[in-house]
Amino acid sequence: MTAEEIVQLLQSHFGDAIVESKFDVPQPFVVVDSKRMKEVAFVLRDDEALQFDYCSCISGVDYNDGRLGAIYHLYSTVHRHKIVLKAFCTKENPHIQSVAAVWGGANWHEREAYDLIGIIFDEHPDLRRILLPYDWEGYPLRKDYKVPEFYNGMKVPY
Amino acid sequence: MIETRTLPTRYVTHPGEIKTSSGKTLRTDEMIINMGPQHPSTHGVLRLEVVLDGEIVVDVIPHIGYLHRCFEKHAEHMTNYQQVIPYCDRMDYLASMNNDWGYALAVERLMKIEVPPRVEYIRVIMAELQRIASHLIAIGTYGIDMGAFTPFLWCFRDRERILDLFEMTCGARLLYNYIWVGGLSHDLPPGFVEKAKDFCAYFKPNIKELNDVLSYNEIFVKRTANVGVLPADVAINYACSGPTLRASGVNFDLRRDEPYGVYDKFEWDVIVGKGEMGTVGDCWDRYMVRVWEMEQSVRIIEQALAQLPEGNVQAAIPKRIRPDAGEIYVRTESPRGELGFYIVSDGSGTPYRIKARSPAFVNLSVLPEISRGCMLADLVAIVGSIDIVLGEVDR
Amino acid sequence: MGLLDQRFENSNVLVTSLEGLLNWARLSSLWQMQFGLACCAIEMMAASASNFDIMRFGVIPRATPRQADVMIVSGTVTLKMASRIKRLYDQMAEPRYVISMGSCSNCGGPYWEHGYHVLKGVDRVIPVDVYVPGCPPRPEALLEGIMKLQEKVRKESVVKQKSA
Repeated sequence: MTAEEIVQLLQSHFGDAIVESKFDVPQPFVVVDSKRMKEVAFVLRDDEALQFDYCSCISGVDYNDGRLGAIYHLYSTVHRHKIVLKAFCTKENPHIQSVAAVWGGANWHEREAYDLIGIIFDEHPDLRRILLPYDWEGYPLRKDYKVPEFYNGMKVPY
Repeated sequence: MIETRTLPTRYVTHPGEIKTSSGKTLRTDEMIINMGPQHPSTHGVLRLEVVLDGEIVVDVIPHIGYLHRCFEKHAEHMTNYQQVIPYCDRMDYLASMNNDWGYALAVERLMKIEVPPRVEYIRVIMAELQRIASHLIAIGTYGIDMGAFTPFLWCFRDRERILDLFEMTCGARLLYNYIWVGGLSHDLPPGFVEKAKDFCAYFKPNIKELNDVLSYNEIFVKRTANVGVLPADVAINYACSGPTLRASGVNFDLRRDEPYGVYDKFEWDVIVGKGEMGTVGDCWDRYMVRVWEMEQSVRIIEQALAQLPEGNVQAAIPKRIRPDAGEIYVRTESPRGELGFYIVSDGSGTPYRIKARSPAFVNLSVLPEISRGCMLADLVAIVGSIDIVLGEVDR
Repeated sequence: MGLLDQRFENSNVLVTSLEGLLNWARLSSLWQMQFGLACCAIEMMAASASNFDIMRFGVIPRATPRQADVMIVSGTVTLKMASRIKRLYDQMAEPRYVISMGSCSNCGGPYWEHGYHVLKGVDRVIPVDVYVPGCPPRPEALLEGIMKLQEKVRKESVVKQKSA
């Protein structure tokens, strides 16, 4: 299926949960309502015509304008088609619905996005820091992040 | 104040009581054993928290991040796109060539650069040599995990020959910085083609030798067959890739299914696990897929060397790379699986955001799923068969 | 018996200082803690494999700090790992030595500037005897580091230090 057809199908299912879509870029994407991520994901995985069973990658991005985004790269091993999903939230209220129940592989990607960018994935089964230590403060890949002077008595800058 | 969700998981263990034959009552409980970060068979600094019921694994919680070297932060702070490549090298240090290629390809796709044909062929040769070298380490160290020391020495002996080839090409043994955006750092040295052909001829019989000493060894088969079975649907749901996915019987290889470089010009087979010694997707299958993949890599290298065209090794690209604002996700097949680079460009000379989707990170996340119910000693076999590189897991 | 093999006609007596004998024995069997961190660990493995054979220097990998004489810190030390390295070092029995292998554990290496999670040199948490430069150092460089450490051991004294 082409990206246009996929988006049409999604719109017929969800209507206003599909916020925006863009096709004139190398990899077409759909912006999904961050509060309805999970139901959209279930349909993407289970619909006979879509079958996006392979969640390649979830990346958190800080757009430096008060927005944070999670970008989902999906692939179907059955139909061999792709789509990119995006969900946005604000820095003050960084909540996006988790899709870890849909794709097992999303679990660690979401934990990483939480760890480094600070997006809180609601309904995630085990949302805690994955790469950094548990007592680390702040989210290092945010554009306004300041490297701490000391961590547990060890000097951090050179 | 630390938020509650940042604290480590606490287990709810299940205390119980049993009656002994003499009528005494004994209290029982699950044990929590810590394995790593310093442990000979965790392949680096992986830490596993293992919940045990006697010797049976109830649950495994992997703790990673002991080698988190901030790749993504560095990529954002370099002064140009080319400077990220040395950090890509250090991400998966067993497969530097593949990582360089993955990154270079992503930037090239972002900028719509076409590279000269000679570059494409050299890249394929290097990537496949690197795949053999990486699989050799995976196999050798897996042998050690299973108690066989000789294959380790043999594998390293053969790997040194590949490193010699790399060294004569770019001067480095491990971290090459050879594949650049738009081409290569320099052309092949004189005599490389002959030496590479010699290596292929030398290496092919060694695969048979390796099979004789390790792959079909009774002890090795007993330790690995029917252990840690990863069913195909679970593998896909967890987005496993590379040998881990193919061993579960899924015929999927990005080199064939989303051809990049010049892989579509060669004749080779995608190796899929067949459950020869036990169940499809067990540790032995994951191991064996790597062995046969080395043979296929030799096939690719031989064809690429025979067809190697003459020509330039740098595409005409601007000195300062400035892609237009946009984003791209490009995935390539590294020895461990799908290596993806998601690059967001804001039109400036440095990447705005790079996310590396590392195959080992994702493959490792399936570990708890496949190791529940196995013996503690089998856990070593399972971790080894996934072939993780912690540099890539943690980035 | 190595160097002295078949050199004497009768059984005999050798005279040497106790210190020299002890040091010679210690430097010829520097057991290493089997412990890899990052890229350099691969070169350390290569050094202990067929082509370089680090065991001819008496360096035998031990999987536990209690049996080890020398710790080769091979690779980037992160802040999360630093406390573990300190603990491993504390568990080693005296006399203990540390070889810092590679730029990362010497000074942070390529991660010195933006590495928010990288310890800029392992010598910030444990004392280091020999620094081996390189990113990563070749196995030969690690062997040279071992030889430098042997020189250091050879010069050590068992005599009580006079307080200054």
